[in-house]
Amino acid sequence: MIFILLPFVEMFYASLRPLDHLFRSPYQFYSDDLSFWAYREMWNTVPMLPRYIFNSFFLASVTSIITLLFVIPAAYSYARFKFPFKNSSLYILLAINMFSGAVLLIPLYKVLRTFGLLNTYQAMIVPGVAFLIPTAIWLLKSYFEKIPIDLEEAAFVDGASRVQILRHIIAPLSTPGLVVVGIYAFIGSYAQQFLFAITFNQKKEYMPIPSGLYEFIGYTTVKWNEMMAASLVGIAPVLIIFLFLQKYIVAGLTSGAVKN
Amino acid sequence: MNQKLKSYTAQTYIAYALIAPAAIYIILIVAWPLLETIRLSFTNSSLAGEDYVGLENYQKMFSSKKFNGIVTRTFVWMFFSVSLKLIIGLIGAVLLNANLKGRSIFRVLVMPPWVVPIAIGMLGWLWLYNGYFGIIAGVGMRTGILDGPFGFLAYKQSAFISTIIADVWVGTPMVTVFFLAAMQGVPRDLYEAAYCDGASRWDRFFKITLPQITPVIITMSLLSAIWTFNSFEIIWILTEGGPRGSTTTLIIDTYKQALGNYKFGRGAARAVVVMILLMLFAGFYLALLARINKKISHE
Repeated sequence: MIFILLPFVEMFYASLRPLDHLFRSPYQFYSDDLSFWAYREMWNTVPMLPRYIFNSFFLASVTSIITLLFVIPAAYSYARFKFPFKNSSLYILLAINMFSGAVLLIPLYKVLRTFGLLNTYQAMIVPGVAFLIPTAIWLLKSYFEKIPIDLEEAAFVDGASRVQILRHIIAPLSTPGLVVVGIYAFIGSYAQQFLFAITFNQKKEYMPIPSGLYEFIGYTTVKWNEMMAASLVGIAPVLIIFLFLQKYIVAGLTSGAVKN
Repeated sequence: MNQKLKSYTAQTYIAYALIAPAAIYIILIVAWPLLETIRLSFTNSSLAGEDYVGLENYQKMFSSKKFNGIVTRTFVWMFFSVSLKLIIGLIGAVLLNANLKGRSIFRVLVMPPWVVPIAIGMLGWLWLYNGYFGIIAGVGMRTGILDGPFGFLAYKQSAFISTIIADVWVGTPMVTVFFLAAMQGVPRDLYEAAYCDGASRWDRFFKITLPQITPVIITMSLLSAIWTFNSFEIIWILTEGGPRGSTTTLIIDTYKQALGNYKFGRGAARAVVVMILLMLFAGFYLALLARINKKISHE
C-alpha cells in the first residue's frame, strides 16, 4: 500500500511546499509554510496550461465518441448473431490488443505526413480509436449478452422491426453498459495521449496535458512544486470518474479474463 | 422454434454489415501498417526517400553486438518486472481477500497507478528519484545508507532497477485486481469443507486457492509479460533508454531508430522483430485461452 500510494502523497506534499524548501539537500521532511501557492502560480509559469487541459479533454472525448460509434454495432452483432468466423475474429481482436503502438508508428507517421496531418488533432485521434476498439467490443459484447434475447424475439415475433427493437428494447437496457464502455474509452485515450502526442504532434496549441507538463522543466531549474500541482490537476478528472465507477469497470474487465 | 424466429439470429449479412465499419477501421489503422512495416524493413526508407536494400537492415542488426545486448536486456528487464508484479499482486490479492476492516477502501486505493496516465505518474517518480532533493535519496542520506546525493537514474545499474520499480508500480494494481476477482470466484464450500477437516490457513491457500486460480495466474503472467514487453512511456520518461543505453529495451530502441533518427527502414526491421516476438506471446496466450475454455465447457 505504501509503495502504491507514496508517489501520490509525495506529489501532493511537494505541490504544497515553496520551491526553496524543495531545493534543500538532504531531503527535509518538514515544512512550516505549506500553501496552495503553486496551484495559483502554475497558470502564470505555463500560460498555455488551460489550453492543454482543454486539449486533453477534447481529444479524449472525441476519441471515445468515435470509438463508441464503431463499437456499438459491432458488439451488438457479436452478441446476437451467429456467423462464420465469429470466434476467430474475436480472438484476432484480442491479439490486436497485444500490439503496442510503437510497432505501428512508423507507417502511421509516414501516412500522416503525406496527408499533411502531422501536428493536428486528427493525428492523435485516429490511431487512438484503433487501439480502443478491440477491448471496447469485448466489453460491450458482454453487456449486450446480458440483455435477455427472449425480449427481442418476442417483439420480433409480434412483428416489431429491427429498428423498433433497437430503439425500444436495446437502447434503454444497454445504457449502463454504454456509459461504462464510454468511460473506459475516455480513461484509455486520456492515458495513451502521450505517445501519440510526442510522435505526431509538435504544435503547442494541440498538446495534451501529459506532454504540456514538460514545460515546467525550465532551462535552469525545474519548478517541481508547480509541476506536481499541475500533474495532480491533470490526474484529478480521471481519478474522480474512476472512483465513482470503479465497481462497474473492474467487473467488466475482469469478467472477460477470469471466466473466459 | 418457428421459422421467423430462427432467422432472427441467422442473418449473416446483417451481422457482417454491423461489424464492417469497425473491421475496416482496424484493417486500415492496424493491419495495413503491420504489413507496411514489414515492407519498409527491407528498404532504407528515411525522410529523404527509400530504396530496396534486401536483408541489409536485418544483417546489420543481428551482427551488431549492441542489438543482441538490447534483446538480452529486454528479457532480463521483463523477467524481473513480471515476477515482481505477480508476487506482489498475489500477496496483495490475498490481503485484500482476507476479512479485514476497511478492505473495500483498500480495494479502491490500490488502483490509482493503473488509471492515472503513465506519463503523469512518471513525473512523480522523476521527483522521487531526484538525487539531490528526492525523498528516496533523502532517506538514504539520513539513515547513512548513502553518503551523499545519489542520482538513481544517472547510473547504469540503479537506473535499470529504478525503471523496473516504476514499471512494477504501474503494473501491479491490475494484476492484483484480476487475482482478487479470481479468488472471489473460488466456491465457498471448498473452504468450508477444508475448515471442517481442520486444514490450516496455509493448507487452505496452497491446496485450495492456489490450484483454483492457477489458470488466471498463467494467463496473467502471459498478459503481463506482453504489456511489460511493450512498456514504452515509463522508460522513455525516466531515462530515454540511458544512461549509456542501460535501460534501452527493444521497444525503446525501435522508437529511437525510427522516430528519433528518422531511419524508418532500420526502425521497421526492429519493429518486425518486436512483432514476431509479440506474435509468439499472443499465440501462446490464445492457445492457452482456448484450452482453458475447452476445459470449462467440459466440466
